[in-house]
Amino acid sequence: MAIEVRIPTILRSYTGGAKVVEGGGDTLDDLLTDLDSRHAGLRGRLVTEAGALHRFVNVYVNDEDVRFLGALDAKLSDGDSVTILPAVAGGAFGFAAAAAIAQHSAAAAAIAQHSAAAAIAQHAAPAGRRAPVAAS
Amino acid sequence: MLSIDRSIVDAIVAHARRDHPDEACGVVAGPVGSDAPTRHIPMENAARSMTFYEFDSMEQLRVWREMEDRDEEPVVIYHSHTATEAYPSRTDVSFAGEPGAHYLLVSTREPDTEEIRSFRIVDGVVTEEPVRILDAGVDPHAVQSYMFGQSPATVDYECSGR
Repeated sequence: MAIEVRIPTILRSYTGGAKVVEGGGDTLDDLLTDLDSRHAGLRGRLVTEAGALHRFVNVYVNDEDVRFLGALDAKLSDGDSVTILPAVAGGAFGFAAAAAIAQHSAAAAAIAQHSAAAAIAQHAAPAGRRAPVAAS
Repeated sequence: MLSIDRSIVDAIVAHARRDHPDEACGVVAGPVGSDAPTRHIPMENAARSMTFYEFDSMEQLRVWREMEDRDEEPVVIYHSHTATEAYPSRTDVSFAGEPGAHYLLVSTREPDTEEIRSFRIVDGVVTEEPVRILDAGVDPHAVQSYMFGQSPATVDYECSGR
């Protein structure tokens, strides 16, 4: 089975200079493991030690950002096209602060999503065991 | 050395002023291998922040594909700092993923003047380079050279403690 993967300039040192390589897998996670068996080190540039997709890269399946498709759990099929691009970001703020904001946003989104459940849980839980709620 | 038309620099500065106090960002594409920035593409700052910028991932995919179809590459990647100097922050260095690009920074902290500086960022090492502004409309042989700023030519973030 073949899935076409487009490699950005900065990662072509892992693919012998190739712009496009092929791999297989039922999920993005499987595909990156498969690619790493032939292009050792590539996976480590895309996936953090904690097992999440690195925030310095954007990965797309066909025309969709995989962050909206379940990230590493994104399902793949034969004939799909995967594109990897370096995320373009930065700014005057320190990296630690930017990372904190990203985490804060994720936490805020999670809280919003589960607000009803969280409200019930907080109501039920003893005060000392309440989950911390990010100030906003 | 970054050589860039004055009309493109003017358009980048106008974009940075328009979005001030938020950071502005964008790309100048050019033919692959030419090192010549010719097509200015202002991008959305998806972060809409005074201290952070981030290309919208879907807009980036569209623009990067368009460049590929036209045999172009991102020759310049620019953004503005709106309250600090035009020098790459630690965040800028962490994210710099186009080793072939000129990273152009514009500071709009002064209301009347802009600080414009250009850098290569490869494997975490920042190297400042001169910016040569080409006045194509005036006289193709009349060029002005500027070295903006006074920083050392090469800064290794691992050693500098910044």
